[in-house]
Amino acid sequence: MSDGEGPIRIGWIVDRLDLLGELLRDHVILTVLAVVIGLIISFGLALAIRGSPRLYGPIIGVSGTLYAIPSIALFSLLIPITGVSIVTAEIALVSYTLLILIRNIVEGLNGVPPEAIEAANGMGYTRTQRLLRVELPLALPVIVAGLRIATVTTVGLVTVTALIGLGGLGYLIVNLGILRGSSPFAATAIYTGVALAVALAVFADLALLALQRALTPWARRRSA
Amino acid sequence: MEFLGEVVAWFANPETWSGRNGIPIRLWEHVSLAAAALAVGTLIALPLGMLIGHTGRGALAVVSIANIGRAIPSLGWFGIVFVPALNLGLGLGFWPSVIALVPLAVPPIVTNTYTGLREVDRDLVEAARGMGMREWQILRRLEIPVALPVILAGIRTSAVQVVATATLAAVIAGGTLGQLILVGINIGDEVQVFGAALLVALLAIVTELSFAAIQRAATSPGLRDRGSAAELSV
Amino acid sequence: MQDASGAVVAFEHVTKRYPGSDAPAVDNLTLTVPAGEICVLVGPSGCGKTTSMKMVNRLIEPTGGRITIGGEDIMSLPAVELRRRIGYVIQQVGLFPHLTIGENTAVVPKLLRWKADRTRKRTDELLDIVGLDPARYRDRYPNELSGGERQRVGVARALAADPPVMLMDEPFGAVDPIRRDGLQNEFLRLQSRVRKTIIFVTHDVDEAIKMGDRIAILQRGGILAQYDTPAAILANPASEFVERFVGADRGLKRLSMGRVRDLDHIEPVIVRSGEDRAEIRKRLDRSDELTFALLVDDDNRPLGWIDQHDLRGDGPIDPGAATPGAPTVEPESTLRDALSAMLGSSVQLGVVVDERGRVAGLVSVDAIGERLRAPVRGVDGELHEVGEADATS
Repeated sequence: MSDGEGPIRIGWIVDRLDLLGELLRDHVILTVLAVVIGLIISFGLALAIRGSPRLYGPIIGVSGTLYAIPSIALFSLLIPITGVSIVTAEIALVSYTLLILIRNIVEGLNGVPPEAIEAANGMGYTRTQRLLRVELPLALPVIVAGLRIATVTTVGLVTVTALIGLGGLGYLIVNLGILRGSSPFAATAIYTGVALAVALAVFADLALLALQRALTPWARRRSA
Repeated sequence: MEFLGEVVAWFANPETWSGRNGIPIRLWEHVSLAAAALAVGTLIALPLGMLIGHTGRGALAVVSIANIGRAIPSLGWFGIVFVPALNLGLGLGFWPSVIALVPLAVPPIVTNTYTGLREVDRDLVEAARGMGMREWQILRRLEIPVALPVILAGIRTSAVQVVATATLAAVIAGGTLGQLILVGINIGDEVQVFGAALLVALLAIVTELSFAAIQRAATSPGLRDRGSAAELSV
Repeated sequence: MQDASGAVVAFEHVTKRYPGSDAPAVDNLTLTVPAGEICVLVGPSGCGKTTSMKMVNRLIEPTGGRITIGGEDIMSLPAVELRRRIGYVIQQVGLFPHLTIGENTAVVPKLLRWKADRTRKRTDELLDIVGLDPARYRDRYPNELSGGERQRVGVARALAADPPVMLMDEPFGAVDPIRRDGLQNEFLRLQSRVRKTIIFVTHDVDEAIKMGDRIAILQRGGILAQYDTPAAILANPASEFVERFVGADRGLKRLSMGRVRDLDHIEPVIVRSGEDRAEIRKRLDRSDELTFALLVDDDNRPLGWIDQHDLRGDGPIDPGAATPGAPTVEPESTLRDALSAMLGSSVQLGVVVDERGRVAGLVSVDAIGERLRAPVRGVDGELHEVGEADATS
């Protein structure tokens, strides 16, 4: 379709490739930061839960509560404290990754066959060696499954940061789209934003899946 | 501290509670919108999930629905609905917002209903069939009651998600508590933003807790030890 | 087929072929189970025993031949109605976890729309029959019960609508061996009261021998290898397959089936303390079977054997002269236990005693051997010589 016909204006997109690239880059940065920080925190908490299982209830309770708070509300709650900044966005985004990641890490580690652990102990692994060489590799499929969900969810949530004036593809949907509903380019902006966000989510999902398959050749048949 | 004082003052101000932009009206908009979306979503998702779960056919469809549902950002649905609603002159507000929320409500319910039914021990189904139950009797008397905790967990996930996302309906004139937040952001009123956000968070948590209570109450005592499994399949 | 306690179940040339498979799963199966008897289908995995059973309530539809219950073709009824008239017990029991024990037992009556009070009465009656106190168990959930208790509830549930026929698919397979024996005995006692026609599937030949009035041994491909009474199968395996399947110890298994009361008893030479030795010698000489006399006390309970050596000379017999340790057996003892007791004693005779320990007769090791060679009654009601159908002889 060309300018003037139909809702999608290719020309508009072509003219703004630089902007799109920038927004996409911001989106990726916000997502990756959130997922990486979330993963680090979740690992710490999951290991703490392994140390004393009584922590599971409270930790899951708190992260579940955070998860239930609407994104826009969480962003807004943080603005008075951290202002309109990337810190605000990240605190909220990281909060949302915790529930899924902690649960899957704990579940993954719990799912390691006891005989594998016993064999590792019997062969003289230290606790750390056992964790790194036996438990983590075996738990990887479940952990990556959680990571995939967390990543895809985060990609979606990053769009919402546009409402508090941050970047990301949400800028296309909100600022150039809905808020300029009367503009002939609104539809183009919205669909471009959604399409890029979906594409990014799907790409991230498949990339993580590929990574997991590469890392866990023994589990290939099961996860297929 | 000073800021929190202002928030308290905001809540205490009668103006906050009155008029078109008052909390009661926005709260009502929020709850009714979420309830409508959840109801429509449940009506679509439950029969679909039961059909797939009972027959065991169409599992691929379930996975696809869940994945697509997750990959499209919730804000994106409002954008997607916005364009035709405006162009076709359907207007904005309640119904377009419902339509934007339904796709979020459906996947957790379909997935959990499907999973719940499939998790019912095949031996139980065989025993039921051997005793002379018809297919719909197997579904109604065995599979649904046994899967109920898992099905309700799906509805609970949906409800929380819909309540949370209904906030975004404000961007397409759907009102809701989100309106208070957006207006607050636009006029730089951090106190109102914070106050309204607090309400939304509270509403989401209340929703979560009430549905959890319903789930517990509706679970047969004979199935109580399965509660944890239900939590995990969110 | 409603009121009779049991009904005849007949397979007539029944065949089951699964699509895409050349070999039939069940091949031209013909057998009749008389009303009120337990027929055990037994065989290795892949022999079609479970398929055969499930064709009776049409969980699997036959592709050829016909099955009748009480003379009525099972295809003449809609499948669900047929199933409601047939009790069904499976290995995993399959109690519905969301229903109480009472509600589980009432599933079929409810499907049949019985009135509430009739259902309730029947439920309590059934729990009582299977040995579970209704007041204690009625409102409990399956996850509060032990495996054995659940199995009993499974049987109660299958009996609920008083079906003439019951199908049991390895019903005791999931219970540990010690409790299994108890449940089997309990079930046999129950069956002697209710007299259902039961088709019972197991892979365990010992269970088949214990539970079956008759046994159908199936081999791979759903071929009936032998259909007969347990005693007849053990005495005369119809083929090498059957012989291997029942095991090399089938002689011992036959011993487990026979009872001391089945043996011919020998009249003992009874001696009491103080009797004259010459007199006893005379009586012993008259017996052509015995070289020992049996010393008993005033209540006729055995004290020990008296041999020729003890009888030398004259005068009254001294009770201290008896060799103690005469093995005692009861009429209900299995031949296996009796043989074991006799082999452990120097005199290869067993003293049969009644419930108060009084002497009722003697049995010999030879009599047991003879018993194993005696003709066995088969499923046709005729007596058959042992070994006459033995493939290896």
